[in-house]
Amino acid sequence: MNSRLLRLTNAAVIVGFLALPALVQAQISEYQEKQWLDTPAATSHIGNLTGNAHAATEPYRRYCTVCHGELGDGNGESAYWFDTPLFFKPRDFTTAVFKCRSTPTGTLPTDEDIYDSIGRGLDRSNMPPWNTFSAQMRADLVAWIKHYSPRWQTEKPGEPIVIPPEPEVTAERIKAGQDVFNRVQCWKCHGVEGRGNGPSASTLQDDQGRPILPYNFAEGGRFKCGTSDADLYKIFMTGLDGTPMPSFSDNIKPEEAWDLVFFLRTLQPFHTKAKELAKGLNLKPINPNAPPPSQ
Amino acid sequence: MKTWYKRPFPVLSALVIAAVVFAMVGEKVKAGGEGTITGTVKLNGTAPHMKGIDMSKDPVCSQQHQSKPATMENIMVGANGGIQNVVLYISDGLSAGAASAVPSEEPSFDQKGCMYTPHVMAVDVNQKFKVVTSDQTTHNIHPLPAAGTGNIGWNKSQPPGAPPIETDWKAQEIAIPVKCNIHPWMHGWHVVVKGPYAVTDENGNFTIKNVPAGSYTVTAWQEEYGTQTAKVTVAGGQAAKADFTFKAK
Repeated sequence: MNSRLLRLTNAAVIVGFLALPALVQAQISEYQEKQWLDTPAATSHIGNLTGNAHAATEPYRRYCTVCHGELGDGNGESAYWFDTPLFFKPRDFTTAVFKCRSTPTGTLPTDEDIYDSIGRGLDRSNMPPWNTFSAQMRADLVAWIKHYSPRWQTEKPGEPIVIPPEPEVTAERIKAGQDVFNRVQCWKCHGVEGRGNGPSASTLQDDQGRPILPYNFAEGGRFKCGTSDADLYKIFMTGLDGTPMPSFSDNIKPEEAWDLVFFLRTLQPFHTKAKELAKGLNLKPINPNAPPPSQ
Repeated sequence: MKTWYKRPFPVLSALVIAAVVFAMVGEKVKAGGEGTITGTVKLNGTAPHMKGIDMSKDPVCSQQHQSKPATMENIMVGANGGIQNVVLYISDGLSAGAASAVPSEEPSFDQKGCMYTPHVMAVDVNQKFKVVTSDQTTHNIHPLPAAGTGNIGWNKSQPPGAPPIETDWKAQEIAIPVKCNIHPWMHGWHVVVKGPYAVTDENGNFTIKNVPAGSYTVTAWQEEYGTQTAKVTVAGGQAAKADFTFKAK
């Protein structure tokens, strides 16, 4: 009888010790919540929806914590297993650096940008589309995500880039698009045929120094930041922050940007009007090993 | 009849005004008598071997280094043991006014031969600088400030003939790594300091200009060896000395 009591006490002590780290973590999280959860930044406005971070407490713990972590630092218990260039690590919300933005490089995304990423998911990653969530729940999660970084307290989201209306696709525009592709040297990473096999492809690293792959157009997977032509326009004009993909907005004019969109579509294995027109053009990829222009 | 100490307010306010005027004039006098801090940064020990860089993946880059193979630039040691690219700045002792003064010069950070020129660029907080490219190949310029410093990273492309990128840094940070993802060997530094600063030349010599008279702590920062500090007192209009020695690892 006495020894059983002793064993029970021992077990209780051990359990108590094991629970200690969890308690410490909970305290840090609570501290952050106290700091930023009740600030104006911890709300979101998407169309006529207003998201409230408090309402996202339960859904975040239930669906997001496992990868993005209790503290939003991308160190959830599953994160350890995301270890290939294809399946990159979960987003660290504490730095407020996001791939999919309508805003210039180095600025915060709009609430809509984060909202869209949650519903869309990120193809070829472990982030599934959470389109089963109600719109209100996604809006609440956007507000929740924004309470993790001090940047939301002091900075405003960037001004979204202006995308002129999409012109009609023509053979001339596709040809001009290839000239842009060659001039700004997209092929350095994406390859001359867009197969993701350019000379720099194998050494690319993300901001944390982890290997990362450029998009392979020939595979035709969905872009991580949306599938429409306007999304493609946004991707190379704003850049994907946190990755090697830079912003080209200083070097591609809006008109040329649409030409590039049309040309990039011809590299994908889909039956599009651009692809049909390109057949008649018989475009040849440039030779990346050609001798450099004499200087 | 009232004596002056029974009506203290006019007397006191006159004194305060006199003090303020004196302080302003005093500041101007000081500004005229700015001194310098000069010295040398040396390496104690043998200079480490700097690895060569294989640029064959981009012929535009390798073509520019045919006569002299490109090497890493982490520790550049001159003939007399002086270390190049060490940043000297005043880490303590500056008045708020001197610390927040921003130089009007606009330094350039050039991408030349697929290397950064200079390899280490020092700037003041809020000092404008230009990122330019001299290369016939596309670079992406990707500074990576640490989170929470107040500086925000960005990533922009510069194809051949691209216009300069003009920008600045908002907060002190020692130091911000800068890289090009397209050319993985390209690595440089932006050192953002408050107040006067200098970067050593190829023989390790430096001169920090426009230092107001006073006692300071001067810090030398080298990307591999870290920092060293020295106490320096600058008399108005005079040159003070400060030498540093880093020990080879």
